[in-house]
Amino acid sequence: MIYFNNVTKIYNGDLVVLDDINLTIGAGEFVSVVGHSGAGKTTLVKMILADDHPTAGTVFFESNDIHKLRNMDLTNLRRRIGVVFQDFRLLSNKTAYENIAFAMEAVGKTDEEIASDVPHVLELVDLSHRIFHFPHQMSGGEKQRLAIARAIINQPELIIADEPTGNLDPVNTREVVQILKKINDLGTTVILTTHNPRVIDFLGRRVVTMDKGKVVRDDREGKGIM
Amino acid sequence: MLIGLKRIIRGGFINFWRSGTVAWAAVLVVTITLSVLTFLILLQSVLHFSLDQIKDKVDVTIYFYPGVSAEKINVLQQSLERLPEAENVAYTSAEEALRIFKERHANDYSTLEALEEIGENPLGASLNVKAKEVSQYETIANFLKEDNLLSIGSDNIIEKVNYYQNKLAIDRLNSIITGAQRLGFLITLILAIIAAIITFNTIRLTIYISREEIGVMRLVGASKMGVRGPFLIEGAIYGVIAAVVTMLIYLPLTFWLSRNMKDFLGLDIWSYYLSNFFQIFTIILSGGIILGMISSFLAIRKYLNK
Repeated sequence: MIYFNNVTKIYNGDLVVLDDINLTIGAGEFVSVVGHSGAGKTTLVKMILADDHPTAGTVFFESNDIHKLRNMDLTNLRRRIGVVFQDFRLLSNKTAYENIAFAMEAVGKTDEEIASDVPHVLELVDLSHRIFHFPHQMSGGEKQRLAIARAIINQPELIIADEPTGNLDPVNTREVVQILKKINDLGTTVILTTHNPRVIDFLGRRVVTMDKGKVVRDDREGKGIM
Repeated sequence: MLIGLKRIIRGGFINFWRSGTVAWAAVLVVTITLSVLTFLILLQSVLHFSLDQIKDKVDVTIYFYPGVSAEKINVLQQSLERLPEAENVAYTSAEEALRIFKERHANDYSTLEALEEIGENPLGASLNVKAKEVSQYETIANFLKEDNLLSIGSDNIIEKVNYYQNKLAIDRLNSIITGAQRLGFLITLILAIIAAIITFNTIRLTIYISREEIGVMRLVGASKMGVRGPFLIEGAIYGVIAAVVTMLIYLPLTFWLSRNMKDFLGLDIWSYYLSNFFQIFTIILSGGIILGMISSFLAIRKYLNK
């Protein structure tokens, strides 16, 4: 599904963040990308979203070279990917309902579809009672669950979760990881970046370990050894 | 398409409403900009009014020898009226000239007595010519040169043309008027540009605050128009509110100016404002909307291209 071919990213001429990455992620996989801060995890997922461009190499989403897509094609590609960030990145002046509705409007869903699906997905992440609340009125765990709801609402083929548990306590961390696991069980590919060994142990799925911009391990059923 | 437009408009209104202080700060700046624009419109009208008053005082009078027949003068009058530069040509008969002279010197007994002594009307008829522009008097004066008059049979009837006596004053006035108009336009242009830059930067700041959200919108798959649209509507709302506020501010302001500075301005600014209210409102409203939308469009471009 996703193919990194000799991808290198260098900032300011000499800061190597990704160093000749070759990686394949298949459809339906749950891949955790682990590594210390600065290992290159976030830059790696940014490449898939075309939020950043490689200095060398190519990144393919199926048969599309992501960084050669035209604007409209890139927008369409992003509609097939759901994203969850460590800092939530919710739209602060929109309510929980509107945050999710916005993602649905982006793909051209009708008002009726929005009205029927949004309460349903909020119920799924246990946020029905927060439907008309703004992000600043929610706890960290609630914000992250809302971000997940937004990411899954359009039934994407891929979910990218970039350190989604980084700002959460253990209880909320477990809840978020469980939701991601459930999404994967339903057939969606999930890429999770984390530096939390407990999350890796809990998942027991494929683990790609990065260090100084390189992939140093790729285990079928990795353990949280960092 | 229609649903998309409806969502963009609704999004713009919701953004404006929820932006709170930031949105009202932008409205305030756009209001100041539009107030400057309104001030410039009124200043231009006062300037033009004053210049028109001055221009109106300039004319050229052609004095004829006493005894020249009205028919001959009439031929010249018609020729002058055909000139594209001439706005108005007024004939004053010798009798009328005498009456005016007597009226003007009603208290000057020695002059009146001298006139009585002469016994007959020593004054000739005259033609008063007003040109459309001050700069056109020279063309009219050239027309009155002997060779031109010969061709229409009006030679040897003109005693004098006062253009040559007033030439220096007319030329100087002409350059003052041209200079004043140029200066007025330049000041208007500079102030308008400064005001537009200030507005642009304020709106840029309001969009800068939302830069991360713009990035998120793009990442969740929103199209460029889907992200940009509500910001354009928000910019237009700034313009509409600012235009209404500006027009309301100038109601008491022009009333006060009219009451207290009518003699200084020469123009009843309150009446001018009221009689041109809808024209000024249209200019201010479209100016506000265009300024708000273009500023938003330019400001958001940077974050959309990521």
